[in-house]
Amino acid sequence: MWETKYEKSAGLTDSKLSYCPGCTHGIVHKLVAEVLVELGILDRSIAIASVGCSVFSYQFFNCDAQQSPHGRACALATGVKRVLPENIVFTYQGDGDLASIGIAETIHAANRGENITVIFMNNAIYGMTGGQMAPTSLIGQRTTTSQDGRDVAHHGNPIKISEMFSTIEGVAYLERVAAYDPKHVINAKRAIKKAFQYQMENKGFTMVEIVATCPVNWGLKPVDAMKWSKEAMEPVFPLGVFKDKGAK
Amino acid sequence: MAKVLMKGNEAIALAAIKGGADAFYGYPITPQNEIPEYLSKHMLANGKVFLQAESEVSAINMVYGAAGAGKRVMTSSSSPGIALKQEGISYITAAELPCLIVSVMRGGPGLGSIQPSQGDYYQATRGGGNGDYHLIVFAPESIQETIDVIKESFDIADYYRNPVMVLVDGLIGQMMESVDFDRPVRERFLPNKDWATTGTKDHPGRRNVANSLYLDPQALENHNIHLNEKYKLIKKNETKFELVNFDNPEYVIVAYGTMARICRSAIEMLKKEGIEVGMIRPITLFPYPEKAFDQIPANAKGILTCELSMGQMLDDVLIANNGRHKVGFFGRAGGMLPDPEEIVAAIKNFNERVVK
Ligand SMILES: Cc1ncc(C[n+]2csc(CCOP(=O)(O)OP(=O)(O)O)c2C)c(N)n1
Ligand code: SF4
Repeated sequence: MWETKYEKSAGLTDSKLSYCPGCTHGIVHKLVAEVLVELGILDRSIAIASVGCSVFSYQFFNCDAQQSPHGRACALATGVKRVLPENIVFTYQGDGDLASIGIAETIHAANRGENITVIFMNNAIYGMTGGQMAPTSLIGQRTTTSQDGRDVAHHGNPIKISEMFSTIEGVAYLERVAAYDPKHVINAKRAIKKAFQYQMENKGFTMVEIVATCPVNWGLKPVDAMKWSKEAMEPVFPLGVFKDKGAK
Repeated sequence: MAKVLMKGNEAIALAAIKGGADAFYGYPITPQNEIPEYLSKHMLANGKVFLQAESEVSAINMVYGAAGAGKRVMTSSSSPGIALKQEGISYITAAELPCLIVSVMRGGPGLGSIQPSQGDYYQATRGGGNGDYHLIVFAPESIQETIDVIKESFDIADYYRNPVMVLVDGLIGQMMESVDFDRPVRERFLPNKDWATTGTKDHPGRRNVANSLYLDPQALENHNIHLNEKYKLIKKNETKFELVNFDNPEYVIVAYGTMARICRSAIEMLKKEGIEVGMIRPITLFPYPEKAFDQIPANAKGILTCELSMGQMLDDVLIANNGRHKVGFFGRAGGMLPDPEEIVAAIKNFNERVVK
């Protein structure tokens, strides 16, 4: 007698994921896919893939998709959602994409209260282009373009997106979560689900920031990368709910 | 509908509504502001989408999203704003999404002026976006022609899955004319947009993706070849021009848009003096009406390219002429409009105008 105990989510295609071992992109893809299936919205969802390591997410999510220019995902999402208000529209963006080149598009989509969901993967580095400094890189963090470590006087401080966006009226739900252990992965899924539920209820702009990893460009083994995301990143990017319009 | 007196920019907006616009995304810039102003009122009142974006960069990417969702979508802007849209235009063209872009040219470079100009011919026909792509570019000379072109542009964009740009200058945008909105539009067979990203519920078993990424060189070359075949087809089917006063002209003027209107007056003045001057007026700038140049009589004394720029279309004239006749140039720039007398003088002193 065989019994299915675990299977790949129907929210993912059969395409082989392009992510490195220990990278949280794969974990979060799975969470988003499961949520779309559990909420019964997969067949009316449109994924907006950004430019970064997750550029191929349009091949991975088992729904219709658009591939955006670098940083413009929230503009594409706005364009889609305004003409298809009954559909579910979400972006999947890295920190270079969202917090640097695309910060204007993201802030204004939030400020308009666009009824979209943003999955924001903050790994404190530019993964795809080979480990350059991101606006979210930590003070002292060595990257290929900050080889002596990020220096406040020269580069400024890491930008804190969730803190910033918590001041925006149009934001309905905003939570920062982590993915470095099973407990936090389960919690991340709860937050992602809530964000999509809010979108289904037309509550406004929703975003989940994930304190993510990039073992390859951090120069760490997968287990050590999970540790670094907990011990070095989390103190700078504290977890929690920053905004919840639905909370009583 | 009887003829109505209307300002160019408002006529552009109403023609887009008549052409079936579902959505508009744009950012304010003079001299085209009456387009979004008119649309903000009339699109929303009719249950259509109007949204003022935070920048032209964002506006064109909203156009990408809505076009990918299968809707008839437009944006409008002017020179520095069109410059910012180039990234999105390249992506939209690569992903083969249809849309309408109205470009109301002003003086440049840089912030330039808000006066009429034709300094964005290169921007429209050569583009500033990356890669091998073309827009279908119309350059009407009157408000009526602008209306006719805009009404048809969504059909053309949908048919070829390619953006259409309607290129006018600030004068056409700002002047008033008596116009008719009910002139018939050519019927085209338009296939269903079965590629649109509207959710797999609408096309079970198939995922629709709007994309421009092809990491495999062979796959990208195949895509480039496919796009190029499409541009060839557009060249064959959509090239448009007008020949003015073309019975055995001594000289031939080549001019488009507002400059062509000024040249019409010059041609009449020269006729009274017994000098017959014809005009090739390109209506499409891409595809460029190269074939029109075959109709220039062999004994014509020369071709005078007239532009509100320092000479941009001149390149296409030289290519189309292919060394057959002497080519001269007359241009004003910066928002300066010539009197017809200046063009009369340029024809009379053609030899001083010759560039090649
Ligand atoms: C306009 C433009 N500029 C730069 C790039 C190069 N580029 C590709 S991905 C990327 C950064 C991606 O970093 P991030 O968003 O943090 O995602 P990650 O790869 O870390 O997941 C950059 C700069 C580009 N594709 N387009
Ligand atoms: S480079 Fe970094 S972010 Fe990109 S897939 Fe590898 S581990 Fe993940």
